[in-house]
Amino acid sequence: MAKKRVVSIKLNGDPVEFLCEPRQTLLEVLRDTLDMTGTKEGCSNGNCGACTVLMDGRPVTSCLVLAVEAEGAEVRTVEGVACGSHLAPVQQAFLEGAALQCGICTPGFIMQTEALLAENPSPTEEQVRFYLAGNLCRCTGYDKIVRAVMCAADKRRAAMDD
Amino acid sequence: MARVFIPAQIRDLTDGQEVVEVNGTTVREVIEGLESIHPGTRERLCRDGQLRPGLMIAVDSSVASSGLRTSINRDSEVHFLPAIGGG
Amino acid sequence: MSTNGKPKYKVIGTRPIRHDGVDKVTGRAKYGADIRLSGLLHGIVLRSPHAHARIVRIDTSRAEALAGVRAVVTAADIPPQGDRMVELGEGAVNMRHLSANVLAHDKVLYKGHAVAAVAADNVHIAEEACKLIDVEYEVLEPVLDVLKAMLPDAPVLNDDVRTDVMGGSPAASDRPTNVARQIIFTKGDVQAGFAAADVVLEREFRTGTVHQGYIEPHNATAMWNANGKVTVWMSTQGIFTARQQTAELMRIPVADVKVVPMEIGGGFGGKISVYLPPVAAALSKKTGRPVKVIMDRSAVFEATGPTPASYIKIKLGVTRDGMITAGDAYLAYEAGAFPGSPIGPGCMCVFSCYDFPNARVEGYDVCVNKPRSNAYRAPGSTNAAFAIETVVDEVCQQLGIDPADFRLKNGAKEGVRRVDGPVYSRIGMLETVEAIKASEHYQSKLAGPNQGRGIASGYWFNIGLKSAVTATVGYDGSVTLIEGSTDIGGSRTSIAMQLAETLGITAEQVTPSVVDTDSVGYTDVTGGSRVTFATGIAAIEAARDIQRQLVIRAAELWEVDPSTVTYVDGGVSGPDGKRMTFEELAHKLPETGGPVIGNGTSGKATQAGAFGTHCVDVEVDPETGKVQVLRYTVAQDVGTAIHPSYVEGQLQGGAVQGIGWALNEEYWYDDKGSMRNATYLDYRIPTCYDVPMIDTILVEVPDPQHPYGVRGVGEVPICPPPAAIANAIAAAAGVRMKQLPMSPPRIMSAIWERDAAK
Repeated sequence: MAKKRVVSIKLNGDPVEFLCEPRQTLLEVLRDTLDMTGTKEGCSNGNCGACTVLMDGRPVTSCLVLAVEAEGAEVRTVEGVACGSHLAPVQQAFLEGAALQCGICTPGFIMQTEALLAENPSPTEEQVRFYLAGNLCRCTGYDKIVRAVMCAADKRRAAMDD
Repeated sequence: MARVFIPAQIRDLTDGQEVVEVNGTTVREVIEGLESIHPGTRERLCRDGQLRPGLMIAVDSSVASSGLRTSINRDSEVHFLPAIGGG
Repeated sequence: MSTNGKPKYKVIGTRPIRHDGVDKVTGRAKYGADIRLSGLLHGIVLRSPHAHARIVRIDTSRAEALAGVRAVVTAADIPPQGDRMVELGEGAVNMRHLSANVLAHDKVLYKGHAVAAVAADNVHIAEEACKLIDVEYEVLEPVLDVLKAMLPDAPVLNDDVRTDVMGGSPAASDRPTNVARQIIFTKGDVQAGFAAADVVLEREFRTGTVHQGYIEPHNATAMWNANGKVTVWMSTQGIFTARQQTAELMRIPVADVKVVPMEIGGGFGGKISVYLPPVAAALSKKTGRPVKVIMDRSAVFEATGPTPASYIKIKLGVTRDGMITAGDAYLAYEAGAFPGSPIGPGCMCVFSCYDFPNARVEGYDVCVNKPRSNAYRAPGSTNAAFAIETVVDEVCQQLGIDPADFRLKNGAKEGVRRVDGPVYSRIGMLETVEAIKASEHYQSKLAGPNQGRGIASGYWFNIGLKSAVTATVGYDGSVTLIEGSTDIGGSRTSIAMQLAETLGITAEQVTPSVVDTDSVGYTDVTGGSRVTFATGIAAIEAARDIQRQLVIRAAELWEVDPSTVTYVDGGVSGPDGKRMTFEELAHKLPETGGPVIGNGTSGKATQAGAFGTHCVDVEVDPETGKVQVLRYTVAQDVGTAIHPSYVEGQLQGGAVQGIGWALNEEYWYDDKGSMRNATYLDYRIPTCYDVPMIDTILVEVPDPQHPYGVRGVGEVPICPPPAAIANAIAAAAGVRMKQLPMSPPRIMSAIWERDAAK
């Protein structure tokens, strides 16, 4: 077993240090070491998108990122999306639009949507579908998810206009 | 009399009859009645005093929830069907 | 659409935010893998690399010697089962087969079959230890195809299987066989029926092995306590059946096992049978510590699910004016390693959408070297619907009859005798066809070349079974509701809404919780489209129990006879215009004897079944064979939609699973029986880029067996899509697809064949 490393990241705005083996993924460390179980594991090979987090603003499947690679990065997970007890527009839109059934894919979709809307505040349906194609949902048939993302975009723009 | 619909695979025991009229107030009584008219049928439907695994009973258009104890009316239909699970 | 005029409900039909919603959008909801316990060990299962082999020897000594390994178990650690069947809620299960599926006995019957398991300080050590378990196999020839497995000289999987012919065995054979069951239904005179037909079509179909594809892998964490009590934390569709399976497999009293439901990340029928709890329990028993076992994705594909591949032959006779005179169906379904495919429901569903006088159905349940098949949304019905609905479409094409009109002419309705015998009660098959026919989608024109439109119908029974609900009135006018139905798609809210409707309060006043097996009455699985129906009835009964008690409390407060008090419109009314709302009365409960707790159960009610008709437009790329779904509409008889958003969600989700089954999804096996696409990348379920919006038409024909007319909605939407898409492809490209999935290579072959024939 290789020697453990100390890794420093910023997690949802707070500085965090942890000890990990070089073979451990960011997903494993988030869930098992840091107890941030909001990020889900569906396939452990980057196919399903359930473990999507933002690393320096970029969406990554955290099962394909080694924890040591996150050194110095700003990591944002689903636990860091709401502002205190105020849900973010995307979370509110998923709730109001019934855009989840079992909910296991929801954290990944929310993070991917956060990245999309930061990049493109007014996406078309086609752009939404293209950007979210790496996140699998087996329950909803995606209809209500796509609508919720479009609705979240509207909510965000309205909030910015205020 | 209750009308018992005989599953195709045991009609050799009922001389090819598809429906046999039998007296009885419960499914169990009807099966006993059927057995007395057409010996051998009970063994094909029941095992150890219970409905055979993999079968279910429908009385009229409803799945019977009380198994062999299910009560039946004078003009009820009794069906023996493959059990259904759900997904 | 509502067939009963303006809505008469206050809560039912509204769209409140689901009670567990905030937890699920903030990452706080705890799923099976999220459990944390002190001293937790991690388990990994060693799986067979062979599809069919005898286990000669297992040596675990090298694994046990590895630092950090705490225990290794094999089938020897699971008590023998003998030859017994146990009733597990949805049907009787052969315990020896179930046990051999959990950890292989003397043979492995599919690649991925569990052979041994290790508990270690972390998953990495457990994985390394698995590689140190020495298993000697005598490799046997596998059989991977349903028809080949039926041949007399096929390799036989199970020594104890004989063909069950309605409680008997064919006299000729006392030899082991792969053919576990034969089913036959007949109605009328099939020969005469075909003789009376002007057109007789006979077609053969194949469908591939497909997986439920839930995103959350199977998981179980078990703690075997020193007092012999076992607690299992897991995601499951049925906590009580999981408890019973675990107890029966470990041969301990059911009361010694508690199953704690974690949130469940999808199931669709695949999370009813247990795989991991007995393994985790055996590891915990050996170590005295809690053990968590989680499957990886390839294990989920290779060792759980799937729904059977099938061979189906349909012959249909129709008169020139479009009346069906006779139908003959032959269905053979792959059971996988052990008997138990949904061949029964498949046979019962194949002609269930139609009313015709003469029919014969013959079906076979056949073992092959693939994982033990499990329920998947309307199990057995989708395969059958693909076959029959394609033949119906081809008949319509030959006779020049509109396929919606054909279904209106021949469709099943109340009073029709099914081929398997029973007579339909109030059903909404014709209403769904009418809804599609009247839809803007069906009336619209296609936009371009290589496009086509198809429709198809489907049926599923919906089951009743048993449920329990307990509800407690808070002094502030709130109600806490506890239930045993694990919530996969928002059912907490649909149950809470039925209680709220009955009490005349808001959905938000009710706080529903799914609790463990020690805390609520027996409740059957979340499956069979039963929860909103049956657990709903239990909630209504609990509300009525509360009403009865509140009437007595009000009478006491008013000092009147209880018979003069009634519960109406969200409160109690008494003589001389006396009136208290639910909330006002709740405040006064402390002075009239304290808590009011209502209990409700359901167990006798059965459902009338549900029908759906789907309409789809596709475009077929003539160069590549790729099919793009352009537009999709689902019309379904949903009884009464309690929470329309989640009803729509069931229709949309089911339709997209059906689209995946139609176009992409399939297990690929090499000739040694090794699945070659056990990842989401290669077993490709639809992404949001593959599908359009799914329009829904909620046809509401209330089921008279539920107080509010609820009809289960979850399963039937997966049945029509493969046939609807096949019919659309036929219209677009002039090729009749008879094998699922209708992947680009298969479509190109069909197009080339079509062109060669010209």
